[in-house]
Amino acid sequence: MREDSSLSPYLALMSVFVPLSLVAIGGGPSIFAPIQKEAVDVQHWMSAREFIEIFAVARVAPGPGSMLGTLIGWKVAGWGGAIVATLALFLPSSLLCLGVSTVWNRYRGREWHAALEMGLAPIGTGLMFSGAIAIFRMADAGPLAWGLAVFVAAMLTWRPRMHPFALLGVGALVFNLELYLAHSGLFR
Amino acid sequence: MVGTPRHATALSLHWPQQERRIMANPAPASEDLAPPPSLFKLGSVLFWIGVFSFGGGLSGWIHRQVVHRHRWMTNDDFLSGIALAQIVPGANVTNLCVYVGYRIRGALGATMSLFALMSGPTVLCVFVAIGYHYVQDYPVLHACVDGVAAAAVGLNIRLGVVGTQRIHRMKRIAPMIAMVATFVSVGVMEWPLVPVVLIIAPLSVAAVWPRKGASHA
Repeated sequence: MREDSSLSPYLALMSVFVPLSLVAIGGGPSIFAPIQKEAVDVQHWMSAREFIEIFAVARVAPGPGSMLGTLIGWKVAGWGGAIVATLALFLPSSLLCLGVSTVWNRYRGREWHAALEMGLAPIGTGLMFSGAIAIFRMADAGPLAWGLAVFVAAMLTWRPRMHPFALLGVGALVFNLELYLAHSGLFR
Repeated sequence: MVGTPRHATALSLHWPQQERRIMANPAPASEDLAPPPSLFKLGSVLFWIGVFSFGGGLSGWIHRQVVHRHRWMTNDDFLSGIALAQIVPGANVTNLCVYVGYRIRGALGATMSLFALMSGPTVLCVFVAIGYHYVQDYPVLHACVDGVAAAAVGLNIRLGVVGTQRIHRMKRIAPMIAMVATFVSVGVMEWPLVPVVLIIAPLSVAAVWPRKGASHA
């Protein structure tokens, strides 16, 4: 199925994911589009439909959304491919982050360090909120999902003792209730 | 019904009580941090976060475990890690994990944290992919998955709230403006992230840059 057969599948996976790892500024979702282009149009690893299915699985499975890369590796070359793709996607950026953390830590306590932190922290918070919106946009979520997420955040803010599992369970229940109501509406 | 209360109390006393102890001290100050854990302990905490993070919300989980439950890091330290993790290229969660591991146990801690967090999901997501074919026709399961994923987004929104509270405590207007401007441009307007950050970051830092002779005001 692969057109580009000059490279072993492991090398092909690395050649796609290592560069993307280092340009994923703002997080995994920023490289989902280029990953799709590579996997479907350039390397012909899978059809567009298969990609969408993998995307759905990555969202459901434990771990960050970028487990998408792991699943592509698995499709291409089995378990070995899954491991190679995971390392190729996460190791380069992690090494870079370790380097930045080391330097960042070295100057802790300086006046300019505190100013940098005070200036950058709000951007991190703004991006955190933006990330929540981006996830819902990608998943094409309805008002129920939005309301649920805000409800969970509010509960955790006002009742921090609440265990997140309880709230995740509420989420599953609410969506099933909606499913049930939609169905019973059809039969009426 | 006779036997159930025993079990119910045993269970309900165990978890919530532990939780109560954790949340009695919402976020530790730098002087009452717990001593750094062993590499194994650090790894095992992150491993379980990875395994149970169905639907995402990992940053929220890491915050809960590392700051509130184990008191290995202060809130401020964690939140500055959030900013770093978002600005450095790479998945935000793995970057955060590297930062957290590094702050707690140095470079080895960062390595351990990263591998511990990712090993579970790497294996599990393949199993989910294999199983997906068998279960994709059951709408109840889809509803469960969508519900859990939507609720998990709430864990990260909660973390945004914690960040906002901290900005509020800075008692300065510039950081609040920077936060709202970032959110509106990237989140609401969907403008590309890199140019937005390249414009807002220098302005935001310049606004809080220490001025000679002037005290904070």
